[in-house]
Amino acid sequence: MRREALIVAGVERVGPYSLVSLKRGSLESGVPGQFFMLSPPGRLLPRPMSLCLATRRELAFLIDPIGPGTRALVELVRGQAVDVLGPLGNGYRLDVKRPLLVGGGIGVAPFPYLSERLGRPPAVLGFRTSEHAEAAALVPNAEVAVEPRLVTELLRPRHDVLACGPEPMLAAVARLAPRSQLAWEAPMACGYGACYGCAVRIGGELKRLCVDGPVLDAEAA
Amino acid sequence: MILNASGCLDALTAPEVARELDAFVTKTVTPQPRGGNEPVRIAETEVGMLNSIGLANPGIDSFRQDVLPRLAELELPIWVSVGGFSADDYADLCRHLDEEPVVEAVELNLSCPNVAEPVGSVAEIVAAAREATSKKLYAKLSAADGDVGSVAVAAAKAGADGLSLVNTIRGLALDPQTLAPTLSTATGGLSGPALRPIALAAVFVCFETTGLPIVGMGGVETGRHALQLIAAGASVCALGTILFSDPEAPGRIRSELTAEAEALGFENPLDAHALAHGDKAPAPLRRVA
Repeated sequence: MRREALIVAGVERVGPYSLVSLKRGSLESGVPGQFFMLSPPGRLLPRPMSLCLATRRELAFLIDPIGPGTRALVELVRGQAVDVLGPLGNGYRLDVKRPLLVGGGIGVAPFPYLSERLGRPPAVLGFRTSEHAEAAALVPNAEVAVEPRLVTELLRPRHDVLACGPEPMLAAVARLAPRSQLAWEAPMACGYGACYGCAVRIGGELKRLCVDGPVLDAEAA
Repeated sequence: MILNASGCLDALTAPEVARELDAFVTKTVTPQPRGGNEPVRIAETEVGMLNSIGLANPGIDSFRQDVLPRLAELELPIWVSVGGFSADDYADLCRHLDEEPVVEAVELNLSCPNVAEPVGSVAEIVAAAREATSKKLYAKLSAADGDVGSVAVAAAKAGADGLSLVNTIRGLALDPQTLAPTLSTATGGLSGPALRPIALAAVFVCFETTGLPIVGMGGVETGRHALQLIAAGASVCALGTILFSDPEAPGRIRSELTAEAEALGFENPLDAHALAHGDKAPAPLRRVA
């Protein structure tokens, strides 16, 4: 677990989202699906973000500005420093034979990095609007569904599903592909097991998503 | 001396953070296992953080069997926080812990805002716990009680060796769009910067009324905040919410505390102990080694 102040290299709009790129310092990029805690300027608590892109020099995070913390993060400007802790939690298992990435909305965030690590497998992505769907351009080999069409209509049989998205989408994916790996989301204060704030029901028990997840086998959930 | 506030660190998932402390305080242990409250359990506000974890813990039996042996491997002094719903519960928990050599002190959580209050007065619970153990006993009180100084006196007379001040105070956050409570339990415990002056006042008053050793906590983010608690009467400081955003806080605050004290002409931060009381520092009711 490492924490470092990283320098903002740039912030780029992607539809309603922003891709915040940071000079990576000495932080490891970790396994796709792992996350980092980013401390927004002026806020008390850091925010959990999965890594979107990793290059030799930069780590980039796709952020949906939905509240005061995420808004402060997308308003960062080049040259500013931001405290980053990570990588944290358990990422996706990459020992899969026929991967299919299934994402919904901001759930596409970990896919560019995941796709690269898996050799650019097919992806199916669902979005609320065509503006949100601009984020699909970050993911190679992606097929897109825009509401009212649902991403689950694009699922392909006999694939190893790696999914990330809103809870109803994950629940639907778990029903259709019971052996899939699902990346969940929960509000977190710390990201390293200290606060017990990110509890989710896993196999009937409340567990900490930050240390037991965020990627879980659908069968376990 | 720097501790963590109970419930703000898991030494098993973050041993490197725990090792920076002078002692590790466990999350509150209850007689029976508790899953805790349903999500959503945390919310950030403009002045602090709300939590409603609901004393999630494995229960005393599993704590002794599975958790304590692993904590012992860290070779850190261990303080165990306990919580119950009656004086008998507290006594029973203390009897269990009295048999554990690795436990250095027991903190009686008498003030969790997220569960039903224990039946029985602070004096009754402390007296029952005192009878059950010879370990050092700290009573953790809330500043929500208007007269925390008198509650502290009752705890001292019943046999508490020290006080932990303060616990969180009940607060509420509403979703800006729906105006519905953010937390599943509606209200939760407020921690962070908003608690700082409240904690200072509670430490100041309780030191004045009891002279007992005090673990001061509430919104400590810097060495200066820690030094102020010491000046108000705390002999130990505990870190809570700051650990969530800065796992390196124990080491950082320790160095800042030394530097801050030196800048004010104190060789040791504890030389500033109770300085805020001027010449009116109280004669202690009881003292522990």
